[in-house]
Amino acid sequence: MTPAITVRGLRKTYGDLAAVDGIDLDIEPGECFALLGPNGAGKSTTVEILEGFRVRDAGEVSVLGTDPANADRAWRDRIGIVLQSCAGLDLLTPREALRSAAKVYRKPRDVEEVIAATGLSEKADDRVAKLSGGQRRRLDVALGILGRPDLLFLDEPTTGFDPKARRDFWTLIDSLAAEGTTILLTTHYLEEAEALADRVGVIAAGRLLALDTPQALGGRASQEAVVGWEENGTRHTLTTATPTAQVSALAARLGPEVPGLTIGRPTLEDVYLGLIAPHLTVTEENS
Amino acid sequence: MNTLALGLDRTMLELKMYFRERDQVFFSFLFPILLLALFATVFGPQFEGEPGGITAGSYFLPGMISAGILLTSFQTMALTVTTERDDGTLRRLRATPMPPVAYFLGKVGLVAVTALAQLVLLLLVARTVFDVSLPTEASRWLTFGWVYVLGVFGGTVLGVAYSSLATSSRSAGAAVIGPVIVLQFISGVYFAFRDIPTWLQQLASFFPLKWVAQGMRSVFYPGVLASDEMAGSWEHGRTALVLAAWAIAGLVLCVTTFRWTKRGSV
Repeated sequence: MTPAITVRGLRKTYGDLAAVDGIDLDIEPGECFALLGPNGAGKSTTVEILEGFRVRDAGEVSVLGTDPANADRAWRDRIGIVLQSCAGLDLLTPREALRSAAKVYRKPRDVEEVIAATGLSEKADDRVAKLSGGQRRRLDVALGILGRPDLLFLDEPTTGFDPKARRDFWTLIDSLAAEGTTILLTTHYLEEAEALADRVGVIAAGRLLALDTPQALGGRASQEAVVGWEENGTRHTLTTATPTAQVSALAARLGPEVPGLTIGRPTLEDVYLGLIAPHLTVTEENS
Repeated sequence: MNTLALGLDRTMLELKMYFRERDQVFFSFLFPILLLALFATVFGPQFEGEPGGITAGSYFLPGMISAGILLTSFQTMALTVTTERDDGTLRRLRATPMPPVAYFLGKVGLVAVTALAQLVLLLLVARTVFDVSLPTEASRWLTFGWVYVLGVFGGTVLGVAYSSLATSSRSAGAAVIGPVIVLQFISGVYFAFRDIPTWLQQLASFFPLKWVAQGMRSVFYPGVLASDEMAGSWEHGRTALVLAAWAIAGLVLCVTTFRWTKRGSV
């Protein structure tokens, strides 16, 4: 199968600064891919080149078989973009905005279905100006998925959401992924990448530092685990490459239920922070 | 949907947003009508016994029609397009398969409907409240037609072109409304053009509003008042030339400078 997105040797410079400094990437159809990286790492520039909003300096890019620099109406019909804000709609209601937006697509989703799926039913006839931040964000998403896109770009979609709204949003994205929509997500929330993404890429200083499943990123699966337990009223921890054997040994010694047992692996956040640490000073100087 | 139908849908959406914005409705739509009512009432007594039997209402009507054209076309376009570029509306629209022409058709539709509605209200108020006698000769209405269409069209494209100059919507308010007010004062919209110093008259003659106002005076004033104009005549030929030149220049600028994203973002 041809990839949904192919990137080879992508470069973009602003003056002396290489914002994107040679990125190679393949994203398969139906995949949910998360791009992580500190602010100023080249994440947004990369995504904006893929969306056709920025012109690259070098490299090859193919998105749904088309170079986004030459995007036409048929290509835009297959793309959904959830930008960072839904400004300019304050004077309309979500239903008015969605009904009008639906008219430009060849095979749009049913507006009422989209309103229900994004949890906007109760606010559908209120002015957008009166919606909360989270509700506005859901309208952004509603506008992004309205055209039944084959490929959906989500730019930090849940910034400012409360935990419940974030879970609801993840369920919505999961259902889109289940329908076969390819999703390219950028986020600052590591648990979001872990919950949604099939693979994650970490960008810093314009380069792709790591690319893997969230479970295996940066050798995470093979790293040593920390086993913790309570014995004689004190807490013990042990770092080990063989946690299962340790737990068996503990169970044999302390009975079938080891008191206060915990087994920790490095979280995605630990791995991520470790990966970008060497690049942080560089990024700060540039920003 | 085809582009024309999408343009119509955009027009309906633009109109909805326009009339829900109270500032907009007041300062661009109702303002000339209120000013006409105010001036005709306040200056009414001063016009008794004027040559040609001109009343305050008919004296100020051409200026208010001209101000209305400037506000509903140029000011509305310059302000809304700048805001839409700055807040990301244009970028959001660009991300959809909407044909760009549909967006512009929506703007044209918005200006056409608001300008015409405002004109009808102005004429209605002038005729019924202030007893202004409107011209009956077909030739005068013909003049009115081309001055009006060139004025509205020029104002629209120049407004869109002007929006490319403003860097943010915060600076747009001052950058648009300032020149618009100055232009109205020096172009003979609010008071007689003959009372303005010659050098200001010459300056105003570079801009289209002076010619729109002069064209409108030629439609609504008695013929004898042509002697009050700079050239001592209505100068229809020159008016057509200047307005057409501005309209074409505006269209070219509009097409060549239009951006979907903010400056510095490519």
